[in-house]
Amino acid sequence: MNAPNASGWKPGTPVEGHNAMSGPDTATGNRALMLEEPLIFEIGHAETTGVDFPTPLPGGEGAKARLAGMERTDPIGLPGLSEPETIRHYTRLSRQNYAIDLGLFPLGSCTMKHNPRLNEKVARMPGFADVHPLQPVDTVRGALEVVNELAHWLIDLTGMHGVAMSPKAGAHGELCGILCIRAALEARGDAREVILVPESAHGTNPATAAFAGYKVEDIPATPEGRVDLEALKARLGPDVAGVMITNPNTCGLFEPDMKAISDAVHEAGGFVYCDGANFNAIVGKVRPGDLGVDAMHINLHKTFSTPHGGGGPGSGPVVLSEALAPYGPLPFTARDGDGVVHLVEEENAAEFDHTRAFGRMTAFHGQMGMFTRALAYMLSHGADGLKQVAEDAVLNANYVLRSLEDVLDAPFGHSGPCMHEALFSDKGFAEGLSTLDLAKALIDEGYHPMTMYFPLVVHGAMLVEPTETESKAALDQFIMALRSVAERAKSGDESLKTAPHYAPRRRLDETQAARKPILAWNDPDMV
Amino acid sequence: MRYLPLTDTDRSDMLEKVGAPDIDALFSDVPEEARLSGPIEGLPMHASEMAVEKHMRRLSKKNLAASDAAFFLGAGAYKHHIPASVDHIIQRGEFLTAYTPYQPEIAQGTLQMLFEFQTQVARLYGCAVANASMYDGSTACWEAVAMAGRVARGRKRKVVLSGALHPHYAEVVRTMAKFTEDEIADAPPSLAPAPDDDGLIARIDENTSCVVVQYPDILGRLPDLARIAEAAHEKGALLIAVNTEPVALGAIKSPGELGADIVVGEGQSIGVGLQFGGPYLGLFAVRDPKHVRMMPGRLCGETVDAEGKRGFVLTLSTREQHIRREKATSNICTNSGLCALAFSVHMTLLGEKGLRQMAMENHRLACLAADRLARVPGVTLLNDSFFNEFTIRLGTDARTIVRALADKGVLAGVSLGRLFPDNPELADGLLVAVTETTSEEDIETLASALEGELA
Repeated sequence: MNAPNASGWKPGTPVEGHNAMSGPDTATGNRALMLEEPLIFEIGHAETTGVDFPTPLPGGEGAKARLAGMERTDPIGLPGLSEPETIRHYTRLSRQNYAIDLGLFPLGSCTMKHNPRLNEKVARMPGFADVHPLQPVDTVRGALEVVNELAHWLIDLTGMHGVAMSPKAGAHGELCGILCIRAALEARGDAREVILVPESAHGTNPATAAFAGYKVEDIPATPEGRVDLEALKARLGPDVAGVMITNPNTCGLFEPDMKAISDAVHEAGGFVYCDGANFNAIVGKVRPGDLGVDAMHINLHKTFSTPHGGGGPGSGPVVLSEALAPYGPLPFTARDGDGVVHLVEEENAAEFDHTRAFGRMTAFHGQMGMFTRALAYMLSHGADGLKQVAEDAVLNANYVLRSLEDVLDAPFGHSGPCMHEALFSDKGFAEGLSTLDLAKALIDEGYHPMTMYFPLVVHGAMLVEPTETESKAALDQFIMALRSVAERAKSGDESLKTAPHYAPRRRLDETQAARKPILAWNDPDMV
Repeated sequence: MRYLPLTDTDRSDMLEKVGAPDIDALFSDVPEEARLSGPIEGLPMHASEMAVEKHMRRLSKKNLAASDAAFFLGAGAYKHHIPASVDHIIQRGEFLTAYTPYQPEIAQGTLQMLFEFQTQVARLYGCAVANASMYDGSTACWEAVAMAGRVARGRKRKVVLSGALHPHYAEVVRTMAKFTEDEIADAPPSLAPAPDDDGLIARIDENTSCVVVQYPDILGRLPDLARIAEAAHEKGALLIAVNTEPVALGAIKSPGELGADIVVGEGQSIGVGLQFGGPYLGLFAVRDPKHVRMMPGRLCGETVDAEGKRGFVLTLSTREQHIRREKATSNICTNSGLCALAFSVHMTLLGEKGLRQMAMENHRLACLAADRLARVPGVTLLNDSFFNEFTIRLGTDARTIVRALADKGVLAGVSLGRLFPDNPELADGLLVAVTETTSEEDIETLASALEGELA
């Protein structure tokens, strides 16, 4: 169909003179069960389609006259594949992915836990999957009850007053929470300009505050890996709108001063935002509302397990304190005195005392498909099971921490128990070997690496989050693999530098990708 | 507890290993007064798979599924047939349960798919570069406005919104602009047979960073994008084209071809399904490659590995929040990866030929429906032009009619009163969408029901 892109190589192109570890080349690029797959643009054709349409019915003459002279004339450039070719293409691609279904996926702060298939079944029930967001409200009572039931769980689990359900992802939820704070401050005529963000925060936190029009100032961490309470107190003042705290924090630790932080911020007239990405560590054990939090997003996909699907979709409802709840965005749901669930939109906001809503964050009601999955997960665990989730997640992380701290530096190992994730550093590695090398060597052991170089407060950080859905046997095998790789990193094993050796791809040239971006097939080099 | 593999013996062995007398010792950093003892009040205990399924099925039955009605709703979400292969592929565990491809050597499946997706979207939109997806069309629309502000380096603060932009999209932009202090100039929506391109052009001035136009617009009409693009460029403004029905682009010229600088839209129509509003799929593309570094969201790029083999990585991440923190181009971290996969698989099955056939079938059936409904006494067809969605005027409040028809199992469309509650002039408008899933019988059902109701 077209000439190949600048990189030149495609399956079937022989590769010469490379590292002997990869073995002899094959004519096709395939190696036993590891199959190379060309791009759809290399195997598809404009004339091929994998879809049959019914034979057109008579009528509809003069159709083109209705398109205002805008008919497409030039080719679009979309290759098609027949159904068998399509299934084979994507199945082959899928085999080049690591996934939680294949093994432990210890990405810190990402919470890769098992995805129950019941949730998938439920989300596909026609009454949920096949309803339109603007159907008459009488025809979607069940969907509204799902939203309402889920909202109740979130409020009860967090000890908060209300919840905005529409944010589409964690970072979108952060934005929602910060905008609620801003709207509440503006309502009292208080124009504050600064949001304080500890340096251990997720990168989305400062980006969110800036997007909401705030200046961002860092608050340092103590040597124990926690927010420096005194530094925070010293910075509070009439210009500070609020703080964004991650608790449990990104060093894997609970912030024991959380209540003191909240009290100090409230006294100074500001609000407390809590990044809820790590809520799975404390669900059923601690209610953030009891610690003075005003707003917190909940990553339904993390804590309540909806599939991460290669990076999304997520879902980020935001629980709100009594002070912020009136400002939450439209649409939301509310139950009236007769127990009927109502959808509150622009049209009926006044009837439900929601005229102070700061606006609308998305076209429709949020991630309904994630709501059904999260609710099925909550009902399956129940209040007793969710508490067990937090306990097992924390136990598993501490087990990993204590099983490895003799071979891997654990910078905050002395700070006490960790929460649901264990933090290590590259201290003690042989000269020239890095966290990246260890991570790539772990791939050869059959594991997806942990989160690397985050949090930034630790040099060469490695953040391991095993989650509660790993068995002791799975943890023991992972620990054994990580020990062996860590020992190689300390002894200066040079073969780590060229790892992975057995993955579908060797190390990829990320510098070239950024310097000469090729972002679409067969487009000239850009930038 | 079927999802938790640890046994009580494991737990006590592990507690011994970590040197904790009991599990609460691991929560010792939590202040005593904030610690909950016992399960949370008011919430049920764990339930069997059978019990949960039964409960959820009961709730699902309280909804009227689109496929169980004569169905004509659109306004930014469309009911199309999704080939069975699409759901099969997205349920493969290696796609479904993978994460963001941070380790490209073992994420080539997702990365190659995203690279193919980016290329498909760029071509559909007539643009040079598309990103690897965003939350949905409405948030992508706001991100485009924010990007236009960056391109103008904050020196232009006026955003001109077409009055025929989806009102929820406009509301998302207005909500966000309150906080970034952009000035919004929007024309009121009008029930004219053709969009008010002149009124829009008249609002563009030297202080305008961007003009936002929906194509086809919220009433189904086709604005003259090329003319608006020219007028915007004359004043140094960017044209943002918003498309909520990608199937339309199988029949009509791409926004990029007509001069739009940023093209955004909702990808739900291809592969994703209705799902009561989400998760959906935001599409985002730029016509000029020089704007790439201003884009929000993720980008997947082609490169080579240590053996010279082609591979794909997430790239240009120096624009992103995890590196730039408060200076990032957006705070977006996740994308709609799985929805992008669904879109890409469906688009691959369609191919150029299938997409064009599907588009023409949608348009043909919409023409049939428009002609039939225009013959119902009391009904007037508004549009001079449309693709698969058009507006009819009923001469009475359409909300009442929609409600009455729903009781008869007919989901007649979206009343303009629901979309524009503050504008009584639009109250008699009904937005009717037709797709390849609509049968002639459905059209007849709607027409007769309307005849009955308007008589």
